[in-house]
Amino acid sequence: MGSGNREKFDNPVVEWVDSRLPVFTLLKAEYGVFPTPKNFNYFWNFGAIAMVMLITMILTGIFLAMSYNPSTAGAFESVERIMRDVNGGWLLRYMHANGASFFFIAVYIHIFRGMYYGSYKQPREILWILGVVIFLLMMATAFMGYVLPWGQMSYWGATVITNLFSAVPVVGDAIVTLLWGGFSVDNPTLNRFFALHYLMPFVIFAVVFLHVWALHVTGSNNPTGVEPKTKKDTLPFHPYYTIKDSFGVLLFLALYSAFVFFAPDSLGHPDNYIPADPLVTPAHIVPEWYFLPFYAMLRAITFPVGIPFTDIVFIEAKLGGVLVMFGSIALLFALPFLDKHPIRSARYRPLFRPAIILFLLNFIFLGYVGSQSADATLFGLPLSIFGLAATAVYYGFFIVLIPLLNKYEEGRELPPSIHESVLEAQQKSKAPEAA
Amino acid sequence: MKKITILTLALAVLSGGAFAAGDAAPLPHQHWHFSGYKGTYDQAAMQRGLKVYREVCSACHSLDLVSFRNFEALGYDEAQVKNIAAEYTVIDGPDDDGEMFERPARPSDRFPSPYANKKAAVAANGAFPPDLSLITKARHHGPDYVYALLTGYGPAEHGVEVPEGKYYNKYFAGHVISMAPPLMDGQVSYEDGSPETLEQYAYDIVNFLTWAADPYMEERKRTGIKVILFLLAFAGVMFAYKKKIWADQH
Ligand code: HEC
Ligand code: HEM
Repeated sequence: MGSGNREKFDNPVVEWVDSRLPVFTLLKAEYGVFPTPKNFNYFWNFGAIAMVMLITMILTGIFLAMSYNPSTAGAFESVERIMRDVNGGWLLRYMHANGASFFFIAVYIHIFRGMYYGSYKQPREILWILGVVIFLLMMATAFMGYVLPWGQMSYWGATVITNLFSAVPVVGDAIVTLLWGGFSVDNPTLNRFFALHYLMPFVIFAVVFLHVWALHVTGSNNPTGVEPKTKKDTLPFHPYYTIKDSFGVLLFLALYSAFVFFAPDSLGHPDNYIPADPLVTPAHIVPEWYFLPFYAMLRAITFPVGIPFTDIVFIEAKLGGVLVMFGSIALLFALPFLDKHPIRSARYRPLFRPAIILFLLNFIFLGYVGSQSADATLFGLPLSIFGLAATAVYYGFFIVLIPLLNKYEEGRELPPSIHESVLEAQQKSKAPEAA
Repeated sequence: MKKITILTLALAVLSGGAFAAGDAAPLPHQHWHFSGYKGTYDQAAMQRGLKVYREVCSACHSLDLVSFRNFEALGYDEAQVKNIAAEYTVIDGPDDDGEMFERPARPSDRFPSPYANKKAAVAANGAFPPDLSLITKARHHGPDYVYALLTGYGPAEHGVEVPEGKYYNKYFAGHVISMAPPLMDGQVSYEDGSPETLEQYAYDIVNFLTWAADPYMEERKRTGIKVILFLLAFAGVMFAYKKKIWADQH
């Protein structure tokens, strides 16, 4: 991105700037003529959508922060003041609260797209890993954001989640004290969470920059998983994909607006409209919906691991849950190195395709398990059994199934090129008309 | 409280009732003027609700997030709001001598609380009467829930034992509530000829409390329709434009 070949621009101002700092050359190369596979489907819109949501969160967040008071005595009231007395405050707050959910919706679809079409495979491993880093940072940011309004769920969610770290051997208690800034979730906790909640989105922004940089080195994957070979396989990003992305973004924003304006509290928990009270535990502590599958895995481990029939315990149940939960994300990091199958796209993998769809359904089921109280039942059996089974399926997908498929799965015949596959699809869709 | 729960749980199990303690009866749904994407607040109902609130609920519950000036949204003019405020006294100060003093409330004041602090409220009622400013947002299906709660008193069922000074309520979690039935037929007089019944009071107070929790609902929905129509129209234009640009590819 530097002093290499520079474009010539007709506009004298643009030319003047570009000859000193070639930002226009950069833009043109990366977003103007950038060769992009011509066969994207609408799943490829979600990267741009996630970017729009990140910017929405940062902008609404900065304006909220101008009226927010990060103290246990004032936080709840200040959020309500934003809702009632700040001009347009209700809109900012509802955009931010629902924006977090829609950011996660976009990113979850984006991640699943990557898994389905094998976008994590060589040479895009670092691109994928940076994406998982963004996902982790988002989770930390959203968790701390949810604490800020200082309602009952804020307080008790923070208490439950920060307490988890005490399960870490040796340094656990020190970590918890550091997170709390004291001996319980209290004013110092809220203060540091606010400081971090303000900071982390900008860290995310920087990692997104790296993510996009890596993307522009390898180029995009596409639904066939076959790399572009000739010019016939690609189109310039602008205007083809700028226009398609604009359409997708607007449609997504319309759906997001439906929630912001017509069901703004439907994704949140009513208990968070009760001011935090350390003396009253809510009947049922649940995290935000986007954490539920991971929450289910955390709670799936209800037993210690040790030598049977002795008192020797290697891993307490609590630590087991924590390890399983973080392990589930570690597996996402490892995915490019676990899946060695030469074919990328699930389209041409007759076994991986149903497996990844089942993986998705299992993940959604984990979300359901996470949303239920710990003593719930399903078909007369304790739900925790199903939670454990679904956790096993999640892990099994990565560490059993994928290695097996590496060895035994025979792929279908790949199209010779993107161009050919597009032609073939067009002929197929035209054939019935002709008949 | 825990003891009571355990007791009721034990009783529920013994009586073989399908009702576990904590399982409140399913909520009946009411037709609210404010529901739906075009729903608006019913001003007459809110004004009556305010009357019920002032004459009944405000004896025990606070409404901390609402100021008198907000009542203009119920259809009162500035002078009327001033008069309502002036009926209350608030503590202000300290004055130049360092003393706190009482004065009539002004429109800019918050609605005063009945108790000096939480402890006093608990001491007087046996449980904390929660602030009502956000109550319809702070419960699942808030408006239906508050309506059901206010109309859900009656003789104990399913073998639930109700201690002295507590009351049986079908819709309250655990069924045993510390709030005496606050409303009964004929308790508040209405000037507009509306029926002076428990159901009507409950309907009116829920309209008022829903507004108190969500004062910008009407503006929100109005804006929402415009925003969504704009986004969809813009998306439509983009789609047409996309078709045109992509035409050479298909
Ligand atoms: C005599 C005092 C008193 C009056 C008058 C009163 N309440 Fe209550 N209210 C209470 C107390 C005490 C509680 C707490 C009950 C408990 O936790 O067991 C309560 C609780 C509530 C709750 C919360 C129930 C829950 O789900 O936690 C609502 C809603 C409520 N009252 C509404 C009203 C309304 C509306 C009115 C006016 C029509 C009213 N109350 C009048 C004392 C009162
Ligand atoms: C990655 C981007 C972000 C995510 C996922 C996120 C998430 C959240 C969430 C879930 C909440 C709780 C909303 C609620 O229930 O009320 C919240 C609150 C808040 N956030 Fe963010 N946020 C992001 C960026 C930012 C930024 C950049 C700022 C400030 C510069 C900010 C400032 C605030 C403030 C002040 C609150 C408290 C007000 C409120 O609760 O509505 N956020 N955030």
